[in-house]
Amino acid sequence: MSALSANELLRVEGLAKTFTLHLHGGARLPVVHAVSFSVAAGECVVLGGPSGVGKSSILKMVCGNYLAGEGRILVADGERAVDVARAAPREILDLRRRVIGSVSQFLRVIPRVAALDIVAAAAQEAGLDRGASRTRAAGLLARLRLPEALWRLPPATFSGGEQQRVNIARGFAGAHRLLVLDEPTASLDADNREAVIALIAERKADGVGFLAIFHDDDVRARVADRIVDVSRFSDREAA
Amino acid sequence: MIEPLLSARGLCKQYGAIDACRDISFELEEGEALAIVGESGSGKTTLLNLVAGALHADSGEVVYRMRDGGARALSSLSEAERRALTRTDWGFVHQDSSRGLRMNVSAGGNIGERLMAVGDRHYGRIRAAALDWLARVEIAAARLDDPPSTYSGGMRQRLQIARNLVTGPRLVFMDEPTGGLDVSVQARLLDLLRGLIADMGLAVILVTHDLAVARLLSHRILVMKQGEVIESGLTDRVLDDPQAPYTQLLVSSVLAA
Repeated sequence: MSALSANELLRVEGLAKTFTLHLHGGARLPVVHAVSFSVAAGECVVLGGPSGVGKSSILKMVCGNYLAGEGRILVADGERAVDVARAAPREILDLRRRVIGSVSQFLRVIPRVAALDIVAAAAQEAGLDRGASRTRAAGLLARLRLPEALWRLPPATFSGGEQQRVNIARGFAGAHRLLVLDEPTASLDADNREAVIALIAERKADGVGFLAIFHDDDVRARVADRIVDVSRFSDREAA
Repeated sequence: MIEPLLSARGLCKQYGAIDACRDISFELEEGEALAIVGESGSGKTTLLNLVAGALHADSGEVVYRMRDGGARALSSLSEAERRALTRTDWGFVHQDSSRGLRMNVSAGGNIGERLMAVGDRHYGRIRAAALDWLARVEIAAARLDDPPSTYSGGMRQRLQIARNLVTGPRLVFMDEPTGGLDVSVQARLLDLLRGLIADMGLAVILVTHDLAVARLLSHRILVMKQGEVIESGLTDRVLDDPQAPYTQLLVSSVLAA
């Protein structure tokens, strides 16, 4: 396996994905092919292109959530490079604990667990002890301006924007070197967007690399170092 | 390279002409939770019972790394060794709590029995451990002397969990642990189980037909159909990007609430 260069956190090479829909006569739905890009430490790479072009699928493959059809997804783990496209499940779980963090579009949690506990659990999973996890969780929720009255409540009844901030706090709770964000600001108002932008900028300065999707032009312009247009890898007409 | 905690190798079991399990192999690491999913009749409970030694396989073997570090084929254990294993290093949480509890013995007695089976005779210590475990599974201390026949379904499952975990097992088998419970009770039990699995670093082999339970509790999934494992992998990968036709059918048949 060719090693990553010193500053590289992620290198995607020749990545391809096709869905086979067995319940629909085995229809094949090509998504992307020949996807290649890399993310360096302290850099925010944004995937661009219209919806339906395969941006989220690429993020999901990088996290090991979707199976890569072809190609390699090399992730730096200290001196090692791990190929997520071929890694065993337990290697991927280990990477998610220590190296790759993510914020999905929607919050998915156990019902009836309080917001603060959700974020603290993520910090604990990433290696902090119980006390430090709660402190870190509270700090993040405060920075993301989630009203303190909500911390002890489960997010099921929160607004979209409130849930999204719990989701962001959870994604940022660990000490991951690479953060994968799927439209984290989609349902936030201007002030809350600012808080997220500031958080991203701070982590970038610490050397964290970002792979992200932002539909908001303003956010994208302010955090992106590079935009990779996914249309050129896409197998589909834009929706 | 440390040996896996448990290896199942080429397990086969037939009932008459029916293959309940056909050539099934997998490995389980310490602290790893594996879900076995599939419809009724897919062979998942048979597989669980084969691995837990409750059923004899027609062929194949299960190798377990004992607490002393030695890997042993379960079939090579003496009856006394096997009993010691199931009382200390293993737990088994049944869907039907009456199979896992003594219904007319006090809750404290149910928990204490596992400790006494491994040689603890100190009454005060056993009672303290029972109280500690009741608290950990969120049962009021005042219910210590009541038998589980007076408990609700959700409390019985929590007591069953306490009884199993009091000896600090490394591996717990679970057969539909939330099956038959009200949805409101399920969520709390799942949260409790998830916390205990993480805090104690338990390895788990979980049989469930409920994909949401598998998603919450397991790291990896085996999908079974007609006695065979037709797909396996990281839990969220199998559920979000299923490859096999049958897995696609299972995943797409779940009603979103």
